Amino acid sequence: MERIPILKMGEYLLVTIQVDMHDRVAMTLQDDLTARIVSAHAKGVLIDISALEIVDSFIGRMLGDLAAMSRVLAAETVVVGMRPAVAITLVELGLSLTGVRTALNVERGMELLRRRIAEQGRDGAGSD
Amino acid sequence: MLTELFGQDDAAILQRWMDNQLAGSGFRPDRISRAELQENATQFLSAFRRALSSGSTDIHGADWAAVRHVLDVLSASRAERGFSPSETATFIFSLKQPLFDRIRGLHEKDGVKLADTTWEINQILDKLGLYTAEVFQRSRDAIIARQQQEVLELSTPVVALWDGILALPLIGTLDSARTQIVMETLLQRIVDSGAAIAIIDITGVPTVDTLTAQHLLKTVAAARLMGADCIISGIRPQIAQTIVHLGVELGSVVTKATLADAFRVALQRTGLAVQKQLPHERKPPAERDRTSGGSEA
Repeated sequence: MERIPILKMGEYLLVTIQVDMHDRVAMTLQDDLTARIVSAHAKGVLIDISALEIVDSFIGRMLGDLAAMSRVLAAETVVVGMRPAVAITLVELGLSLTGVRTALNVERGMELLRRRIAEQGRDGAGSD
Repeated sequence: MLTELFGQDDAAILQRWMDNQLAGSGFRPDRISRAELQENATQFLSAFRRALSSGSTDIHGADWAAVRHVLDVLSASRAERGFSPSETATFIFSLKQPLFDRIRGLHEKDGVKLADTTWEINQILDKLGLYTAEVFQRSRDAIIARQQQEVLELSTPVVALWDGILALPLIGTLDSARTQIVMETLLQRIVDSGAAIAIIDITGVPTVDTLTAQHLLKTVAAARLMGADCIISGIRPQIAQTIVHLGVELGSVVTKATLADAFRVALQRTGLAVQKQLPHERKPPAERDRTSGGSEA
């Protein structure tokens, strides 16, 4: 069965979706990612969907769910590389993924993650 | 029997027809010259005569193709010059009188034949008149469609204000078709330029109702999904009032009164600042600056 690889880079996890997202693949990804965040003590998750050409309401909701789950597990999530056509489709479907952070490409996404985690570290240190 | 109409003294028919047109309300000396009208009339008459001599009275048939072609060209050119439909159709209808006179001259003694011929020519001319009006309408529609397309293309420019800052000055009413194009253009430019901030300026949008606001919010949401923040600027006082009265929820979207304010916010977010230089800090102008300055003065 197809599986989406989850790469660990330091304290971040990198998920690159390069296959067609069937519903089964999506469900497996949710399981894998949540398990991996816990086992790797990840502080940030970067989901690259630049190869994703077709989205439906299910995949759209799944992206939102992934981000929400990671947040519950205390990992910042950034979705990067969304194509214009995909963005328009999601908006037309009424899924504007309000809780999800986004960036144009992996580089910008990494920058955003680092900044967010640094801010959290500062805030956490300040409140202690 | 219609073939007998022409053959002798055709110039007289043309002359009377021209006189009718020039005297009638359909003649617009500001839009068409006398010589051009004369040429149109001559072309039409010769095609008309040939079509009649074929014996067919079906104006949509092959025998009448030349006549239809003359009328196509004429109607299309008149539609472009701003003639009214009745002015265009008068071109055909003003031919009735000279032709009826000619028929009366030919069949003065035979009442039945006179009535029959008149009726037949009347029918043909009516059909041709309607055909002219139809072509006129079609040409007008084509012109309107083309202009709509042009307006659509002209009205959605995306300009780069700075590295990573795009501006989208919207002009005109924002309907769903335009929103779609605006969205596509903006998102593509965000990908191409890697911009992180887009300013949507609605100074040129005459009214903002709930639908327009929804379209704006869609565009903002789509840009956000691509990782770009949007600022809406150019909100006029009346529009601010309308937005509140309608209960439109702009949510977390940053709004500014002017494009300049929005640009300032955008610069701040990208960590840039515009600073005024004191006179003694200014660098001496380079050689080419001085020469260009001299030519301007």
